Amino acid sequence: MALILELAVQGAQMMLVLLLAPLLTGFVRKVKARLLRRQGPSLIQPYRDLLRLMRKEVVLADNASWLFRVTPYLIFAATWVAAALIPTFATGLTFSWTADLIAIVALLGSARFFLALAGMDVGTSFGGIGSSREVMIASLAEPAMLLIVFSLALVAGATQLSTVAAFMGSPQVGLRVSLGMSLIALVMVAVAENARIPVDNPSTHLELTMVHEAMILEYSGRHLAMIEFAAFLKLLLYVSLISCVFLPWGLAGVEAGPKSFALGAVAYLGKLALCGILLAVFETAIAKMRVFRVPDFLGAALMLALLGTLLLFVSRSL
Amino acid sequence: MPALTDLILAGKGVDNHFPWSRAVVTSKRWSFAVEQLAEGHLSLLGLWGEPGTVHMALLDEAVGNIGVVSLLCPDGRYPSVGLLHPPALRLERAAADLFGLLPQGAPDTRRWLDHGYWGISFPLSAHVRTSVATAPPYQFLPAEGESLHQIPVGPVHAGIIEPGHFRFTASGETVVRLEERLGYTHKGIEGLMAGSDIDHAAKLAGRTSGDSTVAYSLAFSRAVEAALGIEVPARAVWLRALMAELERLANHLGDIGAICNDAAFALMHAHCGVLRERVLRASDAAFGHRLMRDRVVPGGVATYLNDEGTTAIWSLIAEIRQRFPALVELYDNTASLQDRTVATGRLKVELARQYRAGGYVGRASGRDFDARRSLAYPPYDALNFNVPLLQEGDVNARVWIRIHEVEQSLSLVEQILRQLPGGPIRVDLAQTGGPHEGMALVEGFRGDILAWLRIGKSGLIERCHLRDPSWFQWPLLEAAIEGNIVADFPLCNKSFNCSYSGHDL
Repeated sequence: MALILELAVQGAQMMLVLLLAPLLTGFVRKVKARLLRRQGPSLIQPYRDLLRLMRKEVVLADNASWLFRVTPYLIFAATWVAAALIPTFATGLTFSWTADLIAIVALLGSARFFLALAGMDVGTSFGGIGSSREVMIASLAEPAMLLIVFSLALVAGATQLSTVAAFMGSPQVGLRVSLGMSLIALVMVAVAENARIPVDNPSTHLELTMVHEAMILEYSGRHLAMIEFAAFLKLLLYVSLISCVFLPWGLAGVEAGPKSFALGAVAYLGKLALCGILLAVFETAIAKMRVFRVPDFLGAALMLALLGTLLLFVSRSL
Repeated sequence: MPALTDLILAGKGVDNHFPWSRAVVTSKRWSFAVEQLAEGHLSLLGLWGEPGTVHMALLDEAVGNIGVVSLLCPDGRYPSVGLLHPPALRLERAAADLFGLLPQGAPDTRRWLDHGYWGISFPLSAHVRTSVATAPPYQFLPAEGESLHQIPVGPVHAGIIEPGHFRFTASGETVVRLEERLGYTHKGIEGLMAGSDIDHAAKLAGRTSGDSTVAYSLAFSRAVEAALGIEVPARAVWLRALMAELERLANHLGDIGAICNDAAFALMHAHCGVLRERVLRASDAAFGHRLMRDRVVPGGVATYLNDEGTTAIWSLIAEIRQRFPALVELYDNTASLQDRTVATGRLKVELARQYRAGGYVGRASGRDFDARRSLAYPPYDALNFNVPLLQEGDVNARVWIRIHEVEQSLSLVEQILRQLPGGPIRVDLAQTGGPHEGMALVEGFRGDILAWLRIGKSGLIERCHLRDPSWFQWPLLEAAIEGNIVADFPLCNKSFNCSYSGHDL
């Protein structure tokens, strides 16, 4: 009986990320539109877009290989699993022993690997440009992400997210310079990974400036829906990760009752809204940087994460 | 004596060509004119054909004199201008496609406007040929080197913009060579104009490039009035300038926002978009059409402008004056935006001079020319304004030229509204005899638009040529992007904002 309940809670968590992901993207778009004095599309527009794409015919290039057709599902599956592993409203769920930070980084890395391959598969020049830029960004973002993981692991004594979240929520964590650096680095990595301004522009129509969009220019129909959905999930994943590690308040603990689950869910929604608003404000206030400035930007993230890790070797209390 | 006057006097003068003279010259004199162009003593305003004749409009910038030299070429061959003076190359290729006039010795004889889909060759020449054979694939200029790759972009783009093909040769992200291919929006305006009456031709002229409809109508109307020797009523002259400045305001405001938007700074785009919309609405209230299309007509203007319209424009000016400075400050103080625009897409001063680039493209690269001041056509001779000038030639300079021109246009609109005379707004076109030839050079928001036409004895247009400022700006975009990164092209392109429609005719 207890196992069934636990499985139900875990299942609820998986469905929750799936259902909330388009809403978060819709919310960010809405806030951005309001900041530009526009009405903006409705909050549920991303759901409608996904439905529309699912119903549409798939147009495939003549020379598209099996890889091109399989990649959307691979990306979606990997991203969904990664997003579902991160504690959203509760820690200590049934599958939480797999919720290892390194596993999450690896899942996202594989998804990116396949997307970059698919971008080059059809052989159009834009796909190639997009893949080459994406890999350039990834080659800096991934090491930065791993160093952030090391910092957290050194502080919390584990790379398992439930443990990290529990430790971060406890009073023994205190104020630490290295955690501040990790937070800044993680936000920078999140901006780059999710193709947001100033690294990439998710709403651009200019083929030559695209990174993420250039790779998926050849996709249509349900394939495109899968990739778009994976992008929504990835944004939710990073927001969840940041709020789970750095804003762990309100998370329901192990063996909690329905009441604390509800409280955790409300707190989670609040955190999503806060992060969404901050992202929209940040994106509105800044222009996109030149492609060759991106290494500087991510290099700063890498250096901050590295410094955070090194500080922890100097003194455990920093 | 200046070279241009010499040239014209040496040729056989053509009667009834106003307000400047035209002369038929010998092939030797033609070649002399080309040398003068190549040495920079004269500027090329335009080059166009007619069956058996090729015309070249020249400007002597030192004295502000304009003249047209014509060369009879019954066999369809004439000494190439582009051989020594590259800015003429595309004009020659267009004349070759339309009239079958072949420039002798031209370094580039590929087709330009004719992509091989018309079904006929040389549609405007005396001997139209049906062509059923498919054209050979267009040969782009080669670029050789290790690890160079080509990126074809367009003519269908991901956004809703005009069609044009851009062929990049890049080394990694750095552009080694850009070559444009245009002509996708060829509408055959010159062919439609031939044989149509003046009212219809005026409508066609106003549809050459939609964003410059006032400037085109103005250029065409002034050319007709010059040809027929018609004096336009004072109120019409001032109302025309009012419309031209409103058009300039709307386009510059839209451009400033759009350039920032191409750097993903949507905030400027949203606010500038609001201001542009206000200009369009005020224009609608004042002249009955948002873009003021067909409001400038040969002989005057079509709308009187009542008190309600005047009030709308006054409140528009007040609103822009109140809100625009904050936007300029936002542009200037956003470091991430400045990082994109400063030193991007630099156009050299020498190139701007050689191609006599008009408008913000030329004035951002040190070319001090504005048809409103240099030719001082009415009512600009009675108005106070400055022509902004910068030397940097980058995207930032082109934005700043627009910002300054917005300020100048605001002041011009105020001056015009204060001094607007009363009286009739239109006179009838009366014609005796013919043929009459007229030309006009008018400052549109992109730069100077040239209109040249001949009205036959029957009162119908025999030949009309409209030269968009973009003819001399498109080639410079190719030069400005060299050495920049591929991802900066949209920003450079938007800062040039050349017309596809006006160029393709």
